Amino acid sequence: MTQIKHHLTDALLMAYSAGSLPEAFNLTVATHISLCDECRARLGAFDAVGGALLEQAAVPMAQDGLAATMALIRAGGETTRERPAPRNTGVLPAPLRDYIGGDLEAVRWRPIGMGVKQAILPTSKDATARLLYIPAGAAVPDHGHRGTELTLVLQGAFLDETARFGPGDIEVANEEMDHMPVADIGADCICLAATDAPLRFRALMPRLAQPFLRI
Amino acid sequence: MDATSAEAAPALSLAPAARDKARCMTKRVTETDVASTDANKENEDWVACMALIRDAGDEAAFARLFSHFAPRVKGFLMRSGADAALAEEVAQDVMATLWRKSHLFDPARASVATWIFTIARNRRIDVLRRARRPEPEDLPWGPEPEPDQADTMALQQESEQLGRALATLPEKQRVLIEKAYFSDLSHSEIAEQTGLPLGTIKSRIRLALDRLRHAMK
Repeated sequence: MTQIKHHLTDALLMAYSAGSLPEAFNLTVATHISLCDECRARLGAFDAVGGALLEQAAVPMAQDGLAATMALIRAGGETTRERPAPRNTGVLPAPLRDYIGGDLEAVRWRPIGMGVKQAILPTSKDATARLLYIPAGAAVPDHGHRGTELTLVLQGAFLDETARFGPGDIEVANEEMDHMPVADIGADCICLAATDAPLRFRALMPRLAQPFLRI
Repeated sequence: MDATSAEAAPALSLAPAARDKARCMTKRVTETDVASTDANKENEDWVACMALIRDAGDEAAFARLFSHFAPRVKGFLMRSGADAALAEEVAQDVMATLWRKSHLFDPARASVATWIFTIARNRRIDVLRRARRPEPEDLPWGPEPEPDQADTMALQQESEQLGRALATLPEKQRVLIEKAYFSDLSHSEIAEQTGLPLGTIKSRIRLALDRLRHAMK
């Protein structure tokens, strides 16, 4: 595992554990956790809260509930006891590959100008998840946020006013933050970004293009 | 897992069926005393039942887990907005999943209640919100069949302590946490101030993950 410096917030981990995040955020959180044991362990603690709460709320099951469940199990046929194979060594973790239908080579990129490409992933409409391809040294236009933006680095690195983000690092940006991410010069940068509201671009051109790009 | 820890962990890895069965049966006899002395052992007994289901397809062990957890899953779903019929159906489905995926349960990283909660939560999202629920990559045990027994016991005990800490929280705070987990709404401000001792469980899971990564190398 690479050394990850930028982690998920407690608020996001708890909301993911409780199941109250939009799908695009769930995807981003699940992808980061696949790369980050520190956040996986913190999530485990929040899941334990859910487990403790589960102990409280009992409602009697139907009389034949157990029998019906055993029938359900038997109808499911032979239970496989195989453990899942160890993770494949691709660039993208499993949750993301499930949305793309393969690793990076399966991504259907769309150019959005200045060498930057994106691929919007199919999630529910309450938030948007996209892969961003930023050539080494290129900048994403200066922008602010109307809601929350999560940016997870999958390859390469980017820098903005606050810090440098490398593979596995996640940046959590909110309404108070304006930034202009620039891809590090070492390699082209690939990120997974999730937003629950449109971004606010400072310059006119990106603002005009926004409706077409669905950013 | 290295040789030393394998030696220190005989209960599950060397003679699983017999040992677990004994514990699971003893527990049934003393069910009425559970509240006092046996309370500490309850989570470990559920873990033993899981091993019986996984290793022997033991329906009696499943029946015990079902009678305790299925009504709780049903209650959880009803509090999340499902009607009784739907909650019953989903609770049965969750318990069937527990049977089918028993080999994926890792007691060094979760109590049985916690694991069932995660299955029920995912089904709630499927059914009530009709959205996919992306989950992190699975981290199976392998090639070693079992986590370290000492890690398992420690995690189970810490989960019980968390349950007690939750029960003794001030009413107002406990209700806030319940809302966050049951009502499917965003309550981001709660996370920073749960007032619960989550650090120990986190450290325990982190340790189990480190061992797992080491074993997978």
